[in-house]
Amino acid sequence: MDTFIQQIINGLVLGSIYALVALGYTMVYGILGLINFAHGEVVMIGALTALTVIKLLANSGLPGVVVVLLGLLAAIPACMALGFTIERVAYRPLRHAPRLAPLITAIGVSIVLQQLAMIFWGRSYHAFPPILPTTGRDIGGAHIMDLQIVIVLLAAAIMAGLMLLINKTRLGRAMRATAENPQIAGLMGVNINTIISATFLIGSALAAVAGVMVSANYSIAHYHMGFILGLKAFTAAVLGGIGNLPGAMLGGVLLGLIESLGAGYVGDLTGGFLGSHYQDVFAFFVLILVLVFRPSGLMGEKVSERA
Amino acid sequence: MSTPMLEVRDLHVSYGGIAAVKGIGFEVAAGEMVCLIGANGAGKTTTLKALARLLPARGAIHYNGHSLLHRPPHALIGEGMTLVPEGRGVFARLTVAENLDMGAYCRRDRAEVGADLDRVYGMLPRLKERAGQLAGTLSGGEQQMLAIGRALMSRPKLLLLDEPSMGLAPIMVQKVFEVIQSVAAQGVTILLVEQNARLALSVAVRGYVMESGAITLTDTAPALLDDPKVREAYLGE
Ligand SMILES: Nc1ncnc2c1ncn2[C@@H]1O[C@H](COP(=O)(O)OP(=O)(O)OP(=O)(O)O)[C@@H](O)[C@H]1O
Ligand SMILES: [Mg+2]
Repeated sequence: MDTFIQQIINGLVLGSIYALVALGYTMVYGILGLINFAHGEVVMIGALTALTVIKLLANSGLPGVVVVLLGLLAAIPACMALGFTIERVAYRPLRHAPRLAPLITAIGVSIVLQQLAMIFWGRSYHAFPPILPTTGRDIGGAHIMDLQIVIVLLAAAIMAGLMLLINKTRLGRAMRATAENPQIAGLMGVNINTIISATFLIGSALAAVAGVMVSANYSIAHYHMGFILGLKAFTAAVLGGIGNLPGAMLGGVLLGLIESLGAGYVGDLTGGFLGSHYQDVFAFFVLILVLVFRPSGLMGEKVSERA
Repeated sequence: MSTPMLEVRDLHVSYGGIAAVKGIGFEVAAGEMVCLIGANGAGKTTTLKALARLLPARGAIHYNGHSLLHRPPHALIGEGMTLVPEGRGVFARLTVAENLDMGAYCRRDRAEVGADLDRVYGMLPRLKERAGQLAGTLSGGEQQMLAIGRALMSRPKLLLLDEPSMGLAPIMVQKVFEVIQSVAAQGVTILLVEQNARLALSVAVRGYVMESGAITLTDTAPALLDDPKVREAYLGE
C-alpha cells in the first residue's frame, strides 16, 4: 500500500466533509459577523437523525443505498428546522447586542443541543449498520471505496450548486449584498430577516449532508461528535478566510489533507513516539499558525472589526 | 391644493438622548424638486434616514396620504420611495450590473426591468462600459452615478438624494446634476439634500433651510438665492 496516495485519498474525503461544514460557519459569519458555535451540533443531530431512520429501515428489505438516502432526506429538513429555530430563538433577539453576547449564546446553544442529544440518543456510540456496498477500487497502490468516491463527488456537486446559487441567483445576490451592507440591502427592499433565515437553512442542509457522510464513512455517530468536527470545520473556515465561500472549501480540503498526511507520517517522523491518534493536533496547530501568520486566512480580505 | 406626496409634521429624531431633529415639518408635492440645505451637522441626513425608516422617529411622515412611521425599511422601495444614501452605499463587492439588479430587487416585471436597464445605461453610458466590473473599483463620481442608476432601477416615484455632490470634482458634480435634472424632467419627485446650497437652489423649485435640527427658512429657490441670510451663511457672500 502506498501511504502517500492513500492518505491523499483519505484527506480528500475528510476535507470534502470539512468543507461542507465550514461553508455553514463562513456563510453565517459573512452575514451576521457571528461564529455560530452550535453549527457542529447541527451536524451531529443530522447524523443521529439519519442514523435513527437508517436503523429503523435497515432490515426492511430496501436496498442499503435507498435506506441511507431516506435517512439523509429525514436529516436535511430536521437540520434546516433546527438551524432556522436556533437563529430565531437564540440569535435574532441579540442582533443588536454587543458582539460578545451572541458568541456566548452560541456556545450555550451548543451545550444545550449536545445535552438534549445525549438525553434523546443516549451516551453510547451508534454503529452505522453495514448496509452500504463495501466495494472499491485500487489506484496506484492505494484503495478507495466507492462510498468515498460518492462522498467526494456529492460534496463537489453540492458546492458547485451552492456557488451557482450565490453567484447567479436573485437570492444569492441579495445574500451577498446583505453580507456587505445590510442597511443598504434593506433600502433595496431586501428583507434582512428572510436572508438571514435562508442562510441558516442552507448552512444547516449542508450540515445534514456532512453529518450523514461522516457517520457513513467512519461507521459511527455519537452525541458529542459535533464538537471536534465543528471546531475543525471552523478551523478550515478560518484557514480559508472566514466569510469567504471559496476559502471555506479550499480550507476544508486543505485541512483534511494536512490532517490525513500528518496522521500518516507522524509515526515515522517521530520514530514512533507519536501515533496517528495525534491527528487532531494538526488541525489546531494549523489554526494557531494561521492566526499568528495570516489571520485573514488564505483567501480572506482584511479582517474587519464589526461591532 | 391636493395632498402633497410627502408630508412631514413635527418630526423628532434623537441619538440616545441627544436630539438631532427637533420637530421639523415640510412637504414635497408630486413632480416637484425640493431641496433641504444646511451646514454640517444640521440634521439633514438624520431627516432622510428617518424618512427611510432607518432611524426611529416621532411625529408624522405621510407618503401619498398614509403614514410611514411603522413600516419596515424594506417595504418603502416597493411603494416608490427610494433613498440614495450619503456616501453612495454601492455594494463594492458586487459588479456594476449586479448593483443595478439590486435596485430592481422588488420588481417582478422582468421585461420592464430590462427596458429600464437600457434606459439607465443610455443615460449613464459609463456604467455600461463598466457593467462587469466590481463597484468598489469605480471612481467616486462613477459610484455616485451607480447609486443613482440603482435607485432608478426601482422606478421611484419619490427619490431622496443625500449629498450627491459630496467629494466629487466640479466636472463630475456637474454631470451628476445633469442626470438629476433629467430624472426630474421625467416626472420623478425629488427631495435633494445638499451642503452645496448654490447648486441645490439652482436646480430645485423650492428649498428649506435647516439649522441645528430645525427648519429656519423656506421659500422658492430664486427667493432663497436672493435672501441676504442665505447668501451670507450658505453662499459664502
Ligand atoms: N450615529 C449617530 N450617533 C450620534 N449622533 C449622531 C449620529 N449621526 C449623526 N449624529 C449627530 O446628529 C447631528 C445631525 O447629523 P446629520 O448627519 O444628520 O447632519 P447633516 O446635516 O447630514 O450633516 P452633513 O452635511 O455633515 O452630512 C449631528 O450633530 C451629528 O453629530
Ligand atoms: Mg449628511
